[in-house]
Amino acid sequence: MAREPHDYDDIPGTFVFDAEKSRQGYGINMFCMSLMKDANRREFKADEAAYLKKFPLSPQQTQAILERDYNRMLELGGNIYFTAKLGATDGHSFRHLAAVMTGSTQEDYAAMMLAGGRSVEGNRSKSGKAKPAKGVKATAKVAAKTAAKPKPKSKPVSKARSKRG
Amino acid sequence: VARIIAGVASSHVPAIGAAIDNKQTEEPYWQRVFSGFEKSKEWMANAKPDVAIVVYNDHASAFSVEIVPTFALGCAAEFPPADEGWGPRPVPVVQGHPELAAHIAQSVILDEFDLTIVNKMEVDHGLTVPMNLLFGSPKEWPCPVIPLAVNVVLYPPPTAHRCYMLGKAIRKAVESYPQDLRVVIFGTGGMSHQISGPRAGLINSKFDKAFLDNLTKDPKKLTRIQHLEFMREAGCEGIEMVMWLIMRGALDDDIEEVYRFYTVPASNTAVGHIILENRRAAKGKKPAARKKPAAVKKSATGKKPAAAKTKRAAARANHQNVRRGKR
Repeated sequence: MAREPHDYDDIPGTFVFDAEKSRQGYGINMFCMSLMKDANRREFKADEAAYLKKFPLSPQQTQAILERDYNRMLELGGNIYFTAKLGATDGHSFRHLAAVMTGSTQEDYAAMMLAGGRSVEGNRSKSGKAKPAKGVKATAKVAAKTAAKPKPKSKPVSKARSKRG
Repeated sequence: VARIIAGVASSHVPAIGAAIDNKQTEEPYWQRVFSGFEKSKEWMANAKPDVAIVVYNDHASAFSVEIVPTFALGCAAEFPPADEGWGPRPVPVVQGHPELAAHIAQSVILDEFDLTIVNKMEVDHGLTVPMNLLFGSPKEWPCPVIPLAVNVVLYPPPTAHRCYMLGKAIRKAVESYPQDLRVVIFGTGGMSHQISGPRAGLINSKFDKAFLDNLTKDPKKLTRIQHLEFMREAGCEGIEMVMWLIMRGALDDDIEEVYRFYTVPASNTAVGHIILENRRAAKGKKPAARKKPAAVKKSATGKKPAAAKTKRAAARANHQNVRRGKR
C-alpha cells in the first residue's frame, strides 16, 4: 500500500519519523539500539554482515547500514537518534553525521554552523506554498520585519538543494 | 506545602556534555556557550531547590522503538546515566524523589493526563546536560530529581497546548503535596535545530527569539503553534521546544524573566536558555519578613497569630494564583 500523504511531506530535505516509518524501520532501529552495549559493538565490528543477520532487515536496509548511507537509513525507517549509535560506534559525533547527510565536507558544514547555520529562507517548503509562520511573530518589531520582506519566501526546492551540492 | 518557585529552560545538546566530559570547556568555541551559564549557576546556588522536576526527552536510551510512552514520569529512587554509545557519562547517579513523584502521578492521572509510570530508567544527555549547565559538575547532584520523559522522537509528540496544560496539572499536584518543598521545573531541548537529512544544520534565530519573548509574555500564543510549523520553522528536531511549555504551564501566568541567553551554534543546535521566577515566590518572601514585627506588636499572644496570619496571606495569594493560572 502506498504511504499515506502528510502535511510534513512538504518540508524539504527532511524525513519525519512517524508511526509508519517506525514500523518499517524497526529492524534498523533495534540493531542500532543493540550498539548501546559494548560487547555488541565489538561483535558488530568483528563481522558486520554476520551481526546484521540477527535483525529483521530488508536487503536494502542491510546495504544502507553496511554502506553507512545515513539518508537512505532514514528513508527506510531509521531514526537519527538510533542511527547516531551506529555513528558513535564508528567514532562519529552527531555533527559529523549531519555533515555527511547534507553532502558537505566536515569543514564546510562546521563553517556553515559557525556562520549561523542553514537559513530557513528557501528551505521551508517543497511546494513553495508555505508562508512564514504566524507563531514566529512575537513582538511588533519582529512582525514588522517579517511583513517588510517580500511575501513568497520559499524558493523552489530544486534551487535550494543545488546549493547544498 | 510544596511550591514551584521557578522554571528553567535550556537546550540539552549532547556535544555540550562531551565538551564537559572531555574537559574542553575552556576552548573558545565552548567558552562562548558555557559563559552563558555562569550567572545561571549562581542563581541556582542561591535558589537551592529541594527538588527539581526535569522535563526532557529520551534519545533512544531508556526507550527504544519497542515502547514509546508520550509522557513517562520517573518514580524510581535513582536513575543511572545511560550508555549512549560512548559509555555512560561520568556524572553522578541522579537521585529521585519517589514520594513526590508518586503524588504527582496520582494527581495528574486523575486530572486526565495519562502518564506512564517508570520505576526503572536510565537517563541520557537530555537530562544530565542541563543538570551540568545549572549545577556544574559536583560529586553528587545537590537535590533529588523527578525526570519527566516526553516523546519527541516518534512523530507526533504531544501538542504544544497539551504540554502547557500538563504543566498546569503538575503545578496543581505539587501544590497539594503537604511537605514544604521548593521546586524548580526544567524544560529542556531545542532551540531550532535539525540533525537529520539533507536539511540538517537549519537554524532559525528569529523563531527562537520570538519563542523566548513569548515564553515570558504570551505563552498561550505558543500553545497554538502546530507541529508542522515547529518542524518547518525550527527544524525537524526543533519540535523539542514543546517541552518548554510544560515548564511554562507550571508557572504563574505573570512571571519575572530573570535571565536569558542565546547563542549559535553548539554542534548542530541553537542554544537557548531562560530563567523565569514566579513573582509570588520572590514577593511573598519580602513582605512576610517585613510584616512580621508589626504583626507581633499588635497581637497580644505573640508569635502564633502572626505566623497564622502569614500563612493565611500566603494561602490567599496562592489561591489567587491558582485561579489566575486557570483563566
